[in-house]
Amino acid sequence: MKAFTTLNGLVCPLDRANVDTDAIIPKQFLKSIKRSGFGPYLFDEWRYTNYGEPGMDCSTRPLNKDFVLNQPRYQGAQVLLARDNFGCGSSREHAPWAIEDQGFRVIIAPSFADIFFNNCYKNGILPIVASSEQVDSLFKECLANEGYALNIDLAAQTVTTPSGQSFSFEITPTRKHNLLNGLDEIGLTLQHADKIHTFEEKHKQSQPWLFA
Amino acid sequence: MAGKTLYDKLWESHVVHEESDGTCLIYIDRHLVHEVTSPQAFEGLRMAGRKPWRNSSIVANPDHNTPTKDWDKGIEDPISRLQVETLDNNIKEFGALVYFPFKNKDQGIIHVIGPENGTTLPGMTVVCGDSHTSTHGAFGALAHGIGTSEVEHVLATQTLVAKKSKSMLVRVDGQLGKGVTAKDVALAIIGKIGTAGGTGYAIEFGGEVIRGLSMEGRMTLCNMAIEAGARAGLVAPDEKTSAYLEGRLHAPKGDNWTKAVAYWSTLKSEADAQFDTVVTLNGAEIAPQVTWGTSPEQVLPIGSTVPDPAQEADATKRTSIENALKYMGLTANTPIDQIQLDKIFIGSCTNSRIEDLRAAAGVAKGKKVASNIKLAMVVPGSGQVKRQAEAEGLDKIFIEAGFEWREPGCSMCLAMNSDRLSPGERCASTSNRNFEGRQGPGGRTHLVSPEMAAAAAIAGHFVDVRSA
Repeated sequence: MKAFTTLNGLVCPLDRANVDTDAIIPKQFLKSIKRSGFGPYLFDEWRYTNYGEPGMDCSTRPLNKDFVLNQPRYQGAQVLLARDNFGCGSSREHAPWAIEDQGFRVIIAPSFADIFFNNCYKNGILPIVASSEQVDSLFKECLANEGYALNIDLAAQTVTTPSGQSFSFEITPTRKHNLLNGLDEIGLTLQHADKIHTFEEKHKQSQPWLFA
Repeated sequence: MAGKTLYDKLWESHVVHEESDGTCLIYIDRHLVHEVTSPQAFEGLRMAGRKPWRNSSIVANPDHNTPTKDWDKGIEDPISRLQVETLDNNIKEFGALVYFPFKNKDQGIIHVIGPENGTTLPGMTVVCGDSHTSTHGAFGALAHGIGTSEVEHVLATQTLVAKKSKSMLVRVDGQLGKGVTAKDVALAIIGKIGTAGGTGYAIEFGGEVIRGLSMEGRMTLCNMAIEAGARAGLVAPDEKTSAYLEGRLHAPKGDNWTKAVAYWSTLKSEADAQFDTVVTLNGAEIAPQVTWGTSPEQVLPIGSTVPDPAQEADATKRTSIENALKYMGLTANTPIDQIQLDKIFIGSCTNSRIEDLRAAAGVAKGKKVASNIKLAMVVPGSGQVKRQAEAEGLDKIFIEAGFEWREPGCSMCLAMNSDRLSPGERCASTSNRNFEGRQGPGGRTHLVSPEMAAAAAIAGHFVDVRSA
């Protein structure tokens, strides 16, 4: 997994609540057996005016100019600013894959759907929960200032605005450690292989039917 | 000290290791696998030179991409075909307890075949790279959806890295009225607490109404827990649970059965258990539900009118209503029973089990699908459901009424195969999500129960099934 330490990134504001995983990456792109290449199809139905199919060359597709991701001032954005319940719906990891492939490393929202939130960490994306008031204020500042960028420091657990105002965010120590160091979670878990074997033996004794 | 909840018991009986910040390794008993979210996980395993920790925990089956008709033609879309063949090859290489390849007589939706083959049992932890894994909580199993990285993690280690959720009890008291189903209960709960109401929680469903539901009904309810934001839904096992499981292919047998049933009887929340949140509903007040918008929380009882954004004070909610009405092609204040439909879909992991098909057939029997309905389709959840329905003559009832009787699969719930809505088409669907584009780009989905879908097919518009 890609490590995350600090980022000074341009912010793209997506002003909608309940953005679901079907909107983030529509189902036709889930037919891929690869992990990469989903970026051009991120928010496909909002981003383009024609119907997207897997394998399509997106550079020639007609753009929905009103969609925020297509506006020149947000090109190259690395921080996605969003509203409540971002990532609701399915467990498809294609959603964070598409977000990461598009170049985003941080998502800031008042709340996230559980499975999506969890999937972000597996892909080097830092999802930050901020208060609704904080998010409101970021939306206002971002819309008012072209080139609006935020500074995110994972070690310090802070987000700093261009005017120097700062707020902190929560993250569990385990997630923070893994993300800062870009650690392979399976490798870490397998360090506990003996414990897993011991548990399994005990479990088999008490509920043998689970292993029949 | 307060007594334990069912969730506490399930969690504690699976903790392998705990970090100081509460992050745990949880042992996984059952791993359900389908073709869409597994290829990258198996590839990761292969690249790292790893093997599955315990391949006898795997129950696998393709369902999202498989066609529901003309099986003799195979899978025509080459990309879909490759994904299904990739699952075939991965299972051949890595092994599984159960694998039903495409066209196998028992193939079906993964959340239907798990329980009907006795591979979902009370007390288990069950995961799948699919958010509707919450379905299996109907058996008193701790079951939830995971991402593909976690699929790989479970394959390699038989564990999941997780933190304990908060607990919520949703208690539905009283009795349901005639024509009101588990689907209506699920939608009414989501209408009450919202699609993020259960975020961070494991929800246990309790109360007289839940005790009265069949296992199929409990599966429908737990299936929709994720639409309320909760990764896991739970119903404590009881006599109905063991009656459903007894004799199924992989259910415990002989001495193990006796021991298992005794253990399952301990799987319930203690009377003095403390939940972080308690929500109560009165079953008698729940009417058949219809979603009008693009989120499952945008739902109302039949007999209501579509909301008017001008009446909404909160700006974000007002924008959501406006966006939803625009996408859905609806005008504020339209009575729901005047909404005309183009297509009807009865199926999905929410509502494709035998009880659902019996209920829909009961409404359709001796009637005809309205002339404005371009397509009304019934997609059974599995080969077993299909055979049972055919043995009962339900297929004939549907066909005579003008429905198409299809082969099992996920079908138009998410339209990954060729079953989909065209732009602007409006569908009464027994599935679980009414998101924009869910059933096809530009398609408009209204979520309802099987009875309500069948009644809408006959009327050509929504109608109160209680007076249909």
